Amino acid sequence: MEMVLSAAIGVLAASGIWLLMRPRTFQVIVGLCLLSYAVNLFIFSMGRITMGAPPIMPKGGFINPAAYADPLPQALVLTAIVISFATTALFLVVLIASRGLTGTDHVDGQEREP
Amino acid sequence: MSLGPEHLIIAPILIPFFAGALMLVYDERQRRAKLTISLVAVVASLLAAVELLIRSKGSELTGNNDIGFYLLGDWAAPYGIVLVVDRLSAMMLVLTGLLALPALLYAAAGWHRQGQHFHSMFQFLLMGVNGAFLTGDLFNLFVFFEVLLAASYGLLLHGGGQLRVRGGLHYIAINLTGSLLFLIGVSLVYGASGTLNMAQLSMMVPVLPEARLPMLQAGAAIMALAFLIKAGIWPMSFWLPTAYMAGAAPVAAMFAIMTKVGVYVILRLSFLIFGAGAGASAGFGAEVLIAGGMATIAFGFLGVLASQALGRMAAHLVLVSSGTVLAAGGFVLAGGGAEILAAALFYLLSSTLAISALFLLIEPMSREDGGIAALLALTADAYGLDAREEDRQPEVGLAIPGTLTVLGLSFGACVIALAGLPPLSGFIGKIGILQGLLAGGAATPALSWAFVAILIMSGFATLVGLVRVGIQTFWATEGEPPRVLALEIAPVVALIGLLVLLTFKAEVTLGYMRDTADAVLQPKVYAEGVLGAPRAAEGEDSE
Repeated sequence: MEMVLSAAIGVLAASGIWLLMRPRTFQVIVGLCLLSYAVNLFIFSMGRITMGAPPIMPKGGFINPAAYADPLPQALVLTAIVISFATTALFLVVLIASRGLTGTDHVDGQEREP
Repeated sequence: MSLGPEHLIIAPILIPFFAGALMLVYDERQRRAKLTISLVAVVASLLAAVELLIRSKGSELTGNNDIGFYLLGDWAAPYGIVLVVDRLSAMMLVLTGLLALPALLYAAAGWHRQGQHFHSMFQFLLMGVNGAFLTGDLFNLFVFFEVLLAASYGLLLHGGGQLRVRGGLHYIAINLTGSLLFLIGVSLVYGASGTLNMAQLSMMVPVLPEARLPMLQAGAAIMALAFLIKAGIWPMSFWLPTAYMAGAAPVAAMFAIMTKVGVYVILRLSFLIFGAGAGASAGFGAEVLIAGGMATIAFGFLGVLASQALGRMAAHLVLVSSGTVLAAGGFVLAGGGAEILAAALFYLLSSTLAISALFLLIEPMSREDGGIAALLALTADAYGLDAREEDRQPEVGLAIPGTLTVLGLSFGACVIALAGLPPLSGFIGKIGILQGLLAGGAATPALSWAFVAILIMSGFATLVGLVRVGIQTFWATEGEPPRVLALEIAPVVALIGLLVLLTFKAEVTLGYMRDTADAVLQPKVYAEGVLGAPRAAEGEDSE
């Protein structure tokens, strides 16, 4: 389980960073998306990985906290997903505006001289 | 429940939030109404900030350091969301208000017509900035950072045009990456310590098991990277000049506070988490701050010398300013003492005001002729605004006589304040940093002298660069002087008036800064205060 998760985070982050360095705006935005998936999984894993454990404890009584998942990272992931979704949408608009104004999808607004 | 004075702490967040949301329902043509709402909101949050500042001064009983707390939803401190106002955050809130008012007035001269929802975005930016200064836990810091960044994306693109869209594209990409780094850092810190509350974190760091320290420090370092990107530290500052240059004048003037948000968070978290009482990890990252800050100053002043346009020069001055405060903060973290920190905070205040004034001056200074109309027609064209708008009256407004004299004097004042020459407040801040540094104790003498040299060189380079532009603009121009509206020059004069006031009241301000620095260097008071913050429900039970 740990191996699969860490490998997934690693692959996502590596592809994200590689795409981020590319000169086309579309590659950059896909890179940012992949990177944010990696980060979201990473936040999630920081609450320690548990299998099939509920995050909400029942009311009253003494219970073993080890039998429950940490709810805080789950809440953080939700917030992070919403925010990165919104900012990515905004970035998409700027990307299209840039394409319309410059006529190219290069991040610098002009093709590099050959 | 009655609305007691304790609710004032959340006012600097709520006022801009509601004002911004309210203005969304107004039609784009009702600019007068929007401007009124915006001005009222800015003045109200400034007043709230001043009141918070007076409160946080406290009394002799509390050691001149009264920390205010606000538990949202009345959840006990480490579990719920907490807002904290102390001397440092109150000071930053007031600075934000002092920058926002002139920028808004300047925008009223014409810039706010150049696109949609200027006033709403401006208010949301203020909300994010104020929230970042007030929040007491790391994740809300992230949320407020995103609020201010989202608003700043919109503001940077305000007015449209190719340069802005290209600058904005880079700016957004950099900041999205920075936010992801922030999230990685936050989750590492949470994984290592199990808390996101800054106060609890500050208490936990000294007692954390040895094995968890590397993870915590790695988390803190990655998180700091995100703030340092925003503060524009070298080598992560290459995005900054283009972005600040591309922004409309009032936007750039307001952006002067945004690097300071990064600087503020670095100072706040460094002293809270890695202050003198942090045991094994005390002073963590001080070397990076010193070296990075000095490199930033060097990059900044070389940039000033190399720039041809005033806009690029001003953007590099932003780097010099934040580099100076970061390096000074690094020296304090290494054990430099409160005196340096006090002077650095004073310098931060003075340089931010001066840079803001300079950004507002750029556009009138480089205006060829025809007043703001020609310029606005250009951008209006790009934006697709049609001419039949009811309030299209760009030339209306009082043009000032002796334009060049007023502009020249304002520019001169900015140069003196930024270069750190004697009469104005920049000098006081710089000399305070140098004095504190040479008193010793911070670092090796060689490092201290290197910083002294680089600080003086930066002042000299600023002087050379700005005077060169001044000569080109004021002495070597031919033909008619530009037409400048009173509404455009009044904010600049007001900001310079603040600088003069800061100079005359230097003793009082420095006294405040000294107490602030003392308070910042005692994170225990802050941490115990936050964790012991009384819940409203408990108070009612006992009554």
